[in-house]
Amino acid sequence: MATHESAAVHAHPAPTGFIRKYIFSLDHKVIGIQYWCLALFSVFLGMALSLLMRIHLAWPNLKIPFTAGGQISPEQYLALLTMHGSIMVFMVLTTAPQSGFGNFILPIQIGAADMAFPVLNMLSFWTTFVSLCVMGAAFFVPGGAPISGWTGYPPLSAMGEIAGPGQGMGQTLWVIGVAIFCGASLMGALNFITTIIDLRAKGMSLMRLPLTSWAWFVTAILGLLAFGVLLAACILLLLDRTAGTSFFIPGGLVVTDKLINHKGGSPLLWQHLFWFFGHPEVYIAILPGMGVASHVLSTFSRKPVFGYRAMVYALCGIGFLGFCVWGHHMFVSGMSPYSAFAFSLLTMSIGVPSAIKTFNWLGTLWGGRIQFTCAMLFAIGFVSLFVSGGVSGLFLAQPSIDLFFHDTYFVVAHFHLIMGVAAIFGIFAATYFWAPKMFGRHLHEGLGKIHFWFTFIGVYAIFMPMHWLGMLGHPRRYSSIEVLTQSNAQYASIHTFITIAAVITITAQLLFLFNFFWSLKKGKKAEVNPWNATTLEWTVPSPPPHDNFAGHLPTVHHGPYEFSVPGAPKDFIVQSEAPAMKRG
Amino acid sequence: MQRRKACAGSATTAGAMALLLFALTFVTVYLFVTKTWWFPRAITDFGHEVDAQFFRTLIITGIVFVLSQLALAYAVFRFRDRGQKAKYNEGNQTMEVLWTGATIVLFVGLGIMARSAWAEVHFRPAVPGALQVEVTGQQFVWNFRYAGPDGKFGRLKPELVNASGGNPLGLDPTDPEGKDDVVVPVMAVPVNREVELLIRSQDVTHSFFVRELRLKQDAVPGMLIRVHFTATETGVYEIPCAELCGLGHYRMHSTLTVMSDADFQKWLKEQAAANQ
Amino acid sequence: MPAAPTVIDDVFALDAGRGRGTGAPAGGGDDGPRGSGSAGSARRYFTGISLGLAGILMFFMALTSAYIVRKGFGGDWQALRLPPILFLNTVVLLASSLTMEIARRHAGGAQLDSFRRWWWVTTILGVAFLAGQVIAWRQLAAAGIYLPTNPASSFFYTLTAAHGAHLAGGILALFYVAFRAWERAKITRAAAAEIASIYWHFMDGLWIFLLLLLYLGR
Repeated sequence: MATHESAAVHAHPAPTGFIRKYIFSLDHKVIGIQYWCLALFSVFLGMALSLLMRIHLAWPNLKIPFTAGGQISPEQYLALLTMHGSIMVFMVLTTAPQSGFGNFILPIQIGAADMAFPVLNMLSFWTTFVSLCVMGAAFFVPGGAPISGWTGYPPLSAMGEIAGPGQGMGQTLWVIGVAIFCGASLMGALNFITTIIDLRAKGMSLMRLPLTSWAWFVTAILGLLAFGVLLAACILLLLDRTAGTSFFIPGGLVVTDKLINHKGGSPLLWQHLFWFFGHPEVYIAILPGMGVASHVLSTFSRKPVFGYRAMVYALCGIGFLGFCVWGHHMFVSGMSPYSAFAFSLLTMSIGVPSAIKTFNWLGTLWGGRIQFTCAMLFAIGFVSLFVSGGVSGLFLAQPSIDLFFHDTYFVVAHFHLIMGVAAIFGIFAATYFWAPKMFGRHLHEGLGKIHFWFTFIGVYAIFMPMHWLGMLGHPRRYSSIEVLTQSNAQYASIHTFITIAAVITITAQLLFLFNFFWSLKKGKKAEVNPWNATTLEWTVPSPPPHDNFAGHLPTVHHGPYEFSVPGAPKDFIVQSEAPAMKRG
Repeated sequence: MQRRKACAGSATTAGAMALLLFALTFVTVYLFVTKTWWFPRAITDFGHEVDAQFFRTLIITGIVFVLSQLALAYAVFRFRDRGQKAKYNEGNQTMEVLWTGATIVLFVGLGIMARSAWAEVHFRPAVPGALQVEVTGQQFVWNFRYAGPDGKFGRLKPELVNASGGNPLGLDPTDPEGKDDVVVPVMAVPVNREVELLIRSQDVTHSFFVRELRLKQDAVPGMLIRVHFTATETGVYEIPCAELCGLGHYRMHSTLTVMSDADFQKWLKEQAAANQ
Repeated sequence: MPAAPTVIDDVFALDAGRGRGTGAPAGGGDDGPRGSGSAGSARRYFTGISLGLAGILMFFMALTSAYIVRKGFGGDWQALRLPPILFLNTVVLLASSLTMEIARRHAGGAQLDSFRRWWWVTTILGVAFLAGQVIAWRQLAAAGIYLPTNPASSFFYTLTAAHGAHLAGGILALFYVAFRAWERAKITRAAAAEIASIYWHFMDGLWIFLLLLLYLGR
């Protein structure tokens, strides 16, 4: 993998032992790659789980190895569903764009030698790793993985084994895993915010921060405020499960004719706590993608980001509103109809900053000189997916319409498009864009393009039809449609179509895997600034040396996106370039 | 200055991208316009109102969707790298203000328009003479209780629940008000009469969902949630469970039969007789 | 800062604002890699601790809102008679904040001995508070009130345990400040003591808040 050639003799020597260099490294770049690898492993695991689910939905009688009786049982289906959701949300969408790329790129991009707290940084990675292991262990305990979905609604998740297979040890491990993940994310968030506040290079004012850094900044703030709440909820749930308390379990429950010995708890309390975290979490997943899209669109249009300030305000606006809209996940939960209406209006208004971003992306492309690198293609795909996934949100934000769509495939389509694949497209754009910097070699552009076309067409083929499944009234989290007599044939044919698309799309991801590992060895060597980009990470060698700037921290003289400035000798001005010719 | 093309074949890529975005837009719009897959028919006034609001939302989001995707397709094709110089443009305050204002008016306005349909089911209680049906979810069946001739529901005691012994709700036999209660696994209601549902759950969270009523309500353990509707068309409709409730979630299922008032009274009598 | 490019920086410092943004030269540009004990380098620790406390506050606010919601929900809430020793514990904790401030006044100068003395008093008071909390638990347990007994007791144990765990972390920090050789560290002992004290006082205030919640909201 990446070897760091030493650029200059320095007071902070690079560690030499293998363990200190690659395992328990304090270097933000190594930690970033560690996070990225963890996410890469998780995304393929999560995808494999979804493939099993898709195959089961389309061809329930197909023999599948490693399953009881050669078939996926209803509880196995729900276990796959729970773990797919949990792994994708926590270990991929939270980890890759923020902790992975953020860790590697952010300090260099703002002109710092490292993150503010390197030891904390290392701890947060290894805590995440432990969390993944604990969560993954749920597969291997008696009863298997939990079946309560990634939202883990009590009492299903709180009553223990009696509620179903996987609800014993498996669910306990899940709760502990999530709690550990909260700790890891809090440490990471604290580190990110401190780094941005205190370690920016001279001249790097907030309004000169690249939008990627802005996105990481806002995301970290969301993480800091949201994960503590989820941690509290997890602790209460764990106590309900193991210590006999009744925070979430009401009295008088009867399961298989047995009275449950709890009383007075409120299942809605969990939903409120969970979604107070859960909605910002959606933005934790997507904001870095927005940052990357802005950054990449600007770079390969050779134009400044259209409305940079508006973009920053929109990021902050989305971040702020993200905390005020959690109730829209609970329109049918029995909460007060008046607060539902208030949540609805707030949710509709979050469409405003999202629309601003979309228009500004179009404005960035307009009049540009668009270069179709793989990164650019994924960024354009991101914009398209963001629009497609975003507009369906306007239906779900209205309680009266949500009465129909809630917990149907319409919702599955909506959140997969916007926080699933749009975020993944952000990650792919980032990967193709920064791989030269991170690993010193380009990914193969030709293979990358094939990968892009398959993925772009594929995700639309998978998720667009789900909207219509939802309109037909297909409830989600059904392991089989055999009892649904109404529209059954239509469900079946759409499911088959989706599964075929999923098989093709997932297979195409192997292309990416091959491209990645092949390029690490044989890819085109990267120069310092192969894309003619403007931000500081493109002023250091590829890959950057151990302390990034070899002790000479840069000074910033320019805004982040000075492309095609009239009168400039080149079509880009790096942020740290001395202001030789000053206009006006 | 003149630079080499960053990327060979950019016209092909641009064309393919634009074409793809156009195709996506076209197919999506086609499937919506032809109503290839559509909601089941609504059978309440509220349902028609929801459908109207859905339609309004569809028009607005449709315009946003089509314009954005096509603009993206156009920009990608029109401004592909042909060696031209990119236009330096940092933004436009007027346009920002314009589209911010426009989206606020559009989106929030849409939200306010949705109020009336929501208020219909939730801001007012059921009318006094409404037929009350208690809906109880449990792993993995629905049970419906009718109050019987006295119009009063009998007391329930969770410790008496015995599904196999014929007392799935735990009716207290010592309560005279419960003597005439009718408990059935399928639901029937008279047409054109308001029905109030008292939704509860015995174990985990379930969700009562009838597509044609455009109605969904979680059955939350520890809570009694009231919703009401008036069905205006007779027929048989599915009641799937819409909230993940355990391994049998997919088979938790019942039916709602909307019948004439005479048929309903007859049906209720038959059920009461069978219950004894 | 002894960083090499300072000279170049000075040349272009005037240009830093370029009429955009805040104009002020950004945040911690003065921060050399692993710079020695300067005020600029300590800043990140102050930022870090403030952010950490914000995260902790959110955690306790979540528990607090759960407390309020749960109290109004089930109808099975039984007011908890708080063990009187809690008030003694409170006095001990408040006293520890006081001794900590006394210690800090000696942190910078040559009176290292008095700093140490008062710092140790603070640490001992912290441990005494935790011991007092454990006694309160044992008194409740002796009265037959356990964690699952009723929601009020569940919250009592949960909140005090969560606070105790955070305070125990604070005690570790006190030990760290006392034992670490600060001569070779990135920040001075005085700065470290100040950062520890911010956390400590916050835990102090948090306890007062929790006590009021448990007392007034019982």
